[in-house]
Amino acid sequence: MTTPHPGEPRPTPDQPAERPLIETPLEELSSPETVQADPAEQSGKRLELPDAEWRRVSRKLIAVEFISEGAGLVLVTAAVVFVALVWDWTWIWWPFAAFAVISLIAAAFIPRRIRSIGYQLRADDLLFRRGIMWQRFVAVPYGRMQLVDINRGPLSRAFGLADLKFVTASASTGVVINGLPEAEAEGLRDHLVAVAESRRTGL
Amino acid sequence: MSEHQAAGPPERFEAPAAGPRVKPTAEAIVPRVAGQSLVDGQWHRLHPATPLLRGGIAFVAILGIVIANLRERLIEFFIPAPGMEQPTDPIDYILNHGFVGWVLLAIAVGLIVVIAVFWFSWRMHTFRVTDEAVEVRSGILFRTNRKAKLDRIQGVSIEKPLLARLIGASRINVSVAGQDANVKLEYLYGADADGLRRDVLTLASGVKLAERRQTAAAGDPVDPVLPPQSAPDGAGGVSRFVTERVDDFISPELDPEEAVPDSVVRLTLGRLVGSTLLSPFTVIVLISVVAGVVLLVNGLDWAWFWLVPMVLSLGAFVWSSVTKSLRYSIAATASGVRIGFGLFSTTNDTVPPGRIHAIEVSQPIIWRPFGWWRVRINKAGLSLEQAARGATSNTVLPVGSLVDAAQVVELMLAGRIDGSAWAPLQSALATRDGVGFVGSPRRSRWINWFSWRRTGYALRDGMLLFRQGVVWRKLHILPLARLQSIRVDQGPLLRALDLASATAHTVPGPVIAKLPAMARDEAVRMFDAASAAIVVAQSTDRSHRWASFDPEHQPDEAQATAPYLDEPVAQSGTEPTTRAHAEPWQEHSPAPSVPFPTTDQDRRTT
Repeated sequence: MTTPHPGEPRPTPDQPAERPLIETPLEELSSPETVQADPAEQSGKRLELPDAEWRRVSRKLIAVEFISEGAGLVLVTAAVVFVALVWDWTWIWWPFAAFAVISLIAAAFIPRRIRSIGYQLRADDLLFRRGIMWQRFVAVPYGRMQLVDINRGPLSRAFGLADLKFVTASASTGVVINGLPEAEAEGLRDHLVAVAESRRTGL
Repeated sequence: MSEHQAAGPPERFEAPAAGPRVKPTAEAIVPRVAGQSLVDGQWHRLHPATPLLRGGIAFVAILGIVIANLRERLIEFFIPAPGMEQPTDPIDYILNHGFVGWVLLAIAVGLIVVIAVFWFSWRMHTFRVTDEAVEVRSGILFRTNRKAKLDRIQGVSIEKPLLARLIGASRINVSVAGQDANVKLEYLYGADADGLRRDVLTLASGVKLAERRQTAAAGDPVDPVLPPQSAPDGAGGVSRFVTERVDDFISPELDPEEAVPDSVVRLTLGRLVGSTLLSPFTVIVLISVVAGVVLLVNGLDWAWFWLVPMVLSLGAFVWSSVTKSLRYSIAATASGVRIGFGLFSTTNDTVPPGRIHAIEVSQPIIWRPFGWWRVRINKAGLSLEQAARGATSNTVLPVGSLVDAAQVVELMLAGRIDGSAWAPLQSALATRDGVGFVGSPRRSRWINWFSWRRTGYALRDGMLLFRQGVVWRKLHILPLARLQSIRVDQGPLLRALDLASATAHTVPGPVIAKLPAMARDEAVRMFDAASAAIVVAQSTDRSHRWASFDPEHQPDEAQATAPYLDEPVAQSGTEPTTRAHAEPWQEHSPAPSVPFPTTDQDRRTT
């Protein structure tokens, strides 16, 4: 399958030429990190789409995730230390050790996990992927869009990031692109709204 | 004779000045004229008993409670029993203190206020149907105005709760996608409701009422939109004509038993009771009852507290399921598939073409000896809670033979398939290796111990098909034009086996289309092919205004341009894979010369 230029007009029977032009080509919004699928990942039995060129999310998301993971760990450590000192519950160190090990392993995987998030704007649908252990690939036609949400948490905002959520009539579509640079998120939102409008059908 | 016939062919809004109407201003509220269409862009009022039916039942109940409590006193009033001791109660107090006049005045004022509120709420509750939308205004202090665009209508149902049915009123529910987004017209005269529904759906189909009536006047009472689907034996035109006429003249004046529309599928009482008794719920309850009896026999008296509620709940379950599904009927009408249910409170649901997002034909193992199947659908306009409860309106065939299921599926897929759906259903559900399905490899038996042979997908005729299950046989039929998105997954276990799973996302409903395991490269191929086919199917789909274009055009175009699977990737090793081909439905038939089994065969399965 070929990968046409994003936003390329697609002739339909009733609206051949007068579809609204997309104002901001996405390429101008940010430096797109389009990366071919990692050859190391493509080998073996991993699920991979052969011709996809994924846009990656910002690397700053790695820092955001590290900070939130670390903050969680610090909070739990403080609580455990407090409990251990006040009530002299020494056994609590065991579950805490397990929790700490799991957190550290999860933290070690953060960079890979973030790098696994990707999306691609094809001619008529949005392709989304995430996950390394539990991989997930979703294809959503633009015309199915009901609304686009942009959320910014306090930490993401400090790093200039935003989360974009593509909502369809199905509750289980679940396309949430975390960690987009704010300008890219807003440009992507406007782009998605424009292409969805031009491809709208019934529900 | 119904009012419709008495009034002759109704004149509608193309000549508003000719009739006895008031001038056609937007705010004028037109009084009801029997037999005249309510679809004229004017404001109309509802059935005068509406407040009573909606909230007045409580008032009647309060009255009943008061009367019941005063029973003793009433009896004593008419049959005096001197010498009996009377306990002091409010009435004694009132009598002794000479407040009778005041109390009577208060009651009178209360009654007048209640009646006034009822009357005003009836006066203020109006609706109109224009070419664009259905609109309802209601409320006295807090005014509500709700307007639903006609091309967004997902279905129109007519409900007759028992009490409303007794006085000849019915409720129309115009469902629109979204949480709690339905437009309810409650209550209407029963005679008006069917005509209103027909006209609303005609407008929603994109045809002007005037055009429709011209077609009707030209001696073509059968709407040209729908190709004959209802009866595969060639009597389609006749049966649909009868259905239409019955639809026209159905009214509370007629005995409801006589006005049952000409159904494609009949549901016998024995089959209904049997299938209800053989449902998983009943089996669980029966096991509990047996356990309770064992406890009782062993002298544990507290088991009564266990046993009695169980038996009661079982009885209530069977009773409610059976009465809800009795007098089931399904038929194709010009404006969509119409499904009727109910013995005491009836529901009559019309789903226009292209509003069905997923179809599931399924059979629990306990039904297998009887050859029973159930058909459920996903449609928009169902709230999430209703979807979680598994609302009955999504069960389009509670129980039936495979022949019945095939006929229902044909109705649901009107225009998408040609020929009988029986052969493909039979091959997909009743054979071990479905013809035309891409099966899952032998290594997937670690995931699906028993059902790996029966797990597969097919992409054809603008539809995605998933088949799976041994204990619970299932076939999911997903029209590509309605799919929201498609997804493939791989977890560590599936990765170790070089497998992947796939999910098709539709609007919420009882049908959840997920294929638990398939070969990894097949999953990638399916993902590519299906996501491209979805786009094509949706760009050619015009079913939100289903009659405003040539209906023959759409499925053909979708079929011609939909990218189908070509040759599957060669499987590593010797694992067998069935191939998918872009063939029409009936070519998969193992015995194409027998389009339908005879009714004898059908009966044999019951």
